[in-house]
Parts: sequence; structure tokens; C-alpha cells
Amino acid sequence: MSLHASVAVRRGTLDLRLDVEVADGEVLAVLGPNGAGKSTLLRVLAGLLPPDGGGVVVDGATWDCDGVHLAAHRRSLGMVFQDALLFPHLSVADNVGFGLRTRGTAKAAARAAAAAWLARVGLEGMGARRPGELSGGQAQRAALARALVGEPALLLLDEPLSALDARTRLAVRAELRRHLADFRGSTVLVTHDPVDAMALADRVVVVEDGRLVQEGTPEEIARRPRTDYVARLVGLSLLPGTGEGRTVRVDGGGVVAVAEEAVGAVFAAVRPESVALYLSRPEGSPRNVWRATVAGATPHGGTVRCDLAGEVPLVADVTATAFAELGLTVGAQVWAAVKASEVAVYAR
Amino acid sequence: MSRSREGAPVPAPLLVPAAIGVLFLTLPLLGLLVRTPWSQLGAQLTAPGVGQALRLSLVSATLATGLSLLLGVPLAWVLARSRARGRTVLRALVTVPLVLPPVVGGVALFLVLGRQGVVGSWLDDAFGITIPFTTTAVVIAETFVAMPFLVISVEGALRAADARFEDVAATLGAGRWTTFRSVTLPLVAPGIAAGAVLCWARALGEFGATITFAGNFPGTTQTMPLAVYLALQRDPDAAIVLSVLLLGVSLATLLLLRDRWLGRAGAA
Repeated sequence: MSLHASVAVRRGTLDLRLDVEVADGEVLAVLGPNGAGKSTLLRVLAGLLPPDGGGVVVDGATWDCDGVHLAAHRRSLGMVFQDALLFPHLSVADNVGFGLRTRGTAKAAARAAAAAWLARVGLEGMGARRPGELSGGQAQRAALARALVGEPALLLLDEPLSALDARTRLAVRAELRRHLADFRGSTVLVTHDPVDAMALADRVVVVEDGRLVQEGTPEEIARRPRTDYVARLVGLSLLPGTGEGRTVRVDGGGVVAVAEEAVGAVFAAVRPESVALYLSRPEGSPRNVWRATVAGATPHGGTVRCDLAGEVPLVADVTATAFAELGLTVGAQVWAAVKASEVAVYAR
Repeated sequence: MSRSREGAPVPAPLLVPAAIGVLFLTLPLLGLLVRTPWSQLGAQLTAPGVGQALRLSLVSATLATGLSLLLGVPLAWVLARSRARGRTVLRALVTVPLVLPPVVGGVALFLVLGRQGVVGSWLDDAFGITIPFTTTAVVIAETFVAMPFLVISVEGALRAADARFEDVAATLGAGRWTTFRSVTLPLVAPGIAAGAVLCWARALGEFGATITFAGNFPGTTQTMPLAVYLALQRDPDAAIVLSVLLLGVSLATLLLLRDRWLGRAGAA
């Protein structure tokens, strides 16, 4: 019981070629920028878009294969979209029971199942309401109940949290995590928010331009990003280079001192909070000191994230107080220092 | 709403033509009311033939609307949703009656469904059915002229409706027919209602195609517009009374349905 998919789709500028495997009870996050083909992948898995090649096999049953295309409504799946998309002409309970009714469950039984699921997602007693009377978070909970009520083999989540405001997202994410833990089928979650992927997924695949660029557990992805896109998502500066013992010669120029032996093609990754900024060249311990220009500065909570241009491109987080005390502005000349022990090195 | 009320004053170059436009559209109706012989109203309305014409008008316009709904809603769906290649040509063909002079439509119907017509002669030979100059012909003529209004209106509603709801229905196990019945149709119901009102009003006022294809026989094919035209030549006062009656029916329908359907759609 599981999902095996190998999907090829060509649509306009998108050329998607992706293999995904999801075990039962496993949550796979597909992380990638807009236009990477994530939603297209979900539409293929859902049967809303026939693939140009490849196949989709769920629990041993072929859903897609050359010549075979099982229509969406014959697939055992539930899907949650970015906007809840509750049918506006039906009550919340009828929305949740919709999938049972179409599959032949009697009205009373569908009602009872819908009520039970509404209670499970914390919407007890709201079944008689119209979707328009629900808040964004409530609507998304109802949409999740609607997708899960039929106990599908495959659950597809298309950016399920990105339309919610920050506070609601936090609450719904926590609940979603709980429901995913109880769900026995396979789940594919598409998102461009690394926090969703880290919090909800057992495994993450990163997709850029229709191709898989990295695969691993959330921890691996966060600690050892392999592309600039992932590095930026998880807040790391990624410096590809060549290891020469205790130094890494960066491909774009410059040398980074590291604490471990490094040989051959490697990535050196630097956390923004381990980059210190000075107005004059610092003396003493840090082994890495570079001249840099502040190319951009974005406030980020209590810190200011500074994009540094120079021999080695870096991102530095400094406290708002330090930013003001140093008198930093865009275009300011600074010295950036990083301890060798703060640089992570791993093979490319 | 409140925004447009608080909005900037209308510039004079727009205001003047707009005001003239309003006068142009309302003055004739006011003139009609001013000239109405209110004292004779009761007598004129109960005159023989008036009730008959009014009933025939209402019945045939309603039947034409029903027929238009039956054929027009599926047609609108095909135009809005299918990806068939000849769609643009199809849409052009369907909207021809919209711009065609109704008299020409009547002639065309006569040539096809008349006793000598391609389809008409076959109907006559095989079943002994003759269509021209019957109430059936009135309904057909009105449907021919009025259905495009419904099709255009429903197609617009279908295009404006969020097609992702249909995707959701599919992922919930609904086949295409179930999706159409239980999701698409309710979503575009306000558009269908608006289209049906437009269609009914157009059918009620139909003159050219009806008189050409169905003739002008009191009781079977003489609808209100035909009766008005005929009355104008021998008894102008009667024509005015009939016109006012038709105006009243049209306005009442518009106001009634607006509140019941369009109003609810706005609130939903």
C-alpha cells in the first residue's frame, strides 16, 4: 500500500519529470518555487490532468500508465486546495458529506459521518452554517474533513496553509500535523513554505524547474541544502567550492577557512546569525574576514537581514540595535567575520 | 456601493449625454402613460380578444423560455467548457439570431418548417403535422429569437464561475454529470435566472418572426405585440391600453424576479 509515481508533463514552458514514492502513513512534502511544477504534479496524481508519460500506481492499482487513465472521480483520494473551495451553495455538513454521497452512501449515514468529522476538526455544531459564515481557518479545517471523510488511499494537499494569516496558520498547521499522524494512507503536500515542509513532512523533495534537485528528511534539507533556492529558504548562505584541507576555495572567488578537513567538490554553508559585521577590520580569533558592501537590508523581527556583496556573497543577521549603532545603510562598507567552526562543509 | 456614492462628481461632458439618454429612454414610456385613456381602461381591457391575446402571449413566452432553458443551458455549457475546435464558429452561429432582423428569422423558419420546407414537408408527409400558423409556430419563433439571450447570459455565468469547484467535485468522486447537476448548476443559478428573465421578456415582445412564421390569427397566433400593431390601425386608444398592459406585465416581471433571484444572488 503506497504511492509510486513517475510523472512527465510538458505544458508551455514547464517540463516536469519527477519520480515520487510515498509509503503508507508517510507524508512527503514537495517543496519548490512558484512555477516549479508542484501543483501540476498534484493535478496529475489527482487525475485532473493526464500525464504525457510515466505512470501512477496507488496500492498496487494502476491509475495512470500508457493508455490507461483512471478518471479523477474513480480514484480513492482526497484533495485540499489553497483556498478551501467549499461549495458555497451547500451547508458545511453537506460539503463534508459530499464525497460520501457521490460514492453512494445514504443521506443519514453521510450526515452522521460528516458530523463526526466536523467534531474531529473542531467544528462541532457548525454543520448547518454556510461556508461564507466560516473564518479562513475554519473553512480550511472543513475542507480537510471533506477530503478525509471517505478514508482515501491518497491525500493531496496543495499549499493548504498559504492562504491563512500567520496566527491561524500556526494553529491549523498544528492540527494538520495531528490529523496527518492519524492518517493511514499516503500524503503528498505541496508547499513553497519550508516551515510547512519541516513541520509536517517525514520526507522532503525539492523541485526546481520541473526536476528533483534534492531529497531527504527535513533535517537533512535544512542542514545541508544543495541549491541556492533551498539554502535561501532555510536561511543559509551556500558557497560551492573545492576543498583544500582546512580551506575551501569558493567557485566564485575567495577562500573560506573551515574547521574540518575538506577535499574535492564541497559546499560550505554559513548561517546568517554566525556572520558578524564590523566597521573596521576585527583583530583576533575569527579566521574568516572579508570586505563587503551592504547590498540590501530587510527587518526580520528583532533582527535585520543584510545581503552582503563582496568577494564572498553572504547573508548576515544583526540585531536592530547593532544595525543602528553601526550606522549601517545600503551601500555601507563593512568587514564580515565568520569563525571557521561556524562553517558547515559537506560533499557536493 | 458606498464608494460609488461618495465617489467623484460626474464630469459635465458625461453628465449631459447621460441625462439626455435617460430622458430618451423614459420619455416615450411617460408619454404612453400620459396619453392613456384611464377612464376607458376597464372597458378596453375586458374587450373581446384582449384577454385571449394576453394569455396567449404569457403562455407562449413561458413555453419558449422553458424550451430555451432545456436546450440553451446545455449549449451554454458546451460553449463555455468544452475544448472542441469549432467552438468559436459555433458561438458565432448561435448568436446570429441575436443580430438577425426577426422578420428574416421568420422567413427562414417558414422555409424550413413550412409545408414545402425541408423539414416541414417531411413532418407533413410522415406525421400529418403542420407547424406554420399554429401556436406551436409562435413558440418556435419566439424560442428562435430569444434563446441566444439565455445562452449568452448562461455562458457568461459559467465562464465567471470558478472551475476549480468542478475539480474539487471530481476529487470527491463526482462524475461529470453529477458535478454538472450538483455543483455547476447551483453555482450559476443566478446567471440562469437572469438569462431566463431576459429570454422571457424578449419572447413576450417578439413581433417580426411571429407574424411572418405564425401569422396573426386571434386566439391561436395573435400575441399582444401583434394585437397592439393591429389595434393601432383601427383604434389608437385600444393600442395604447394594450401597450400599457404589456408595459405593466414586463415591469412587474422584472421587479419581481429581480428581488427574488438577482437580489438573493447578490447576498450569497
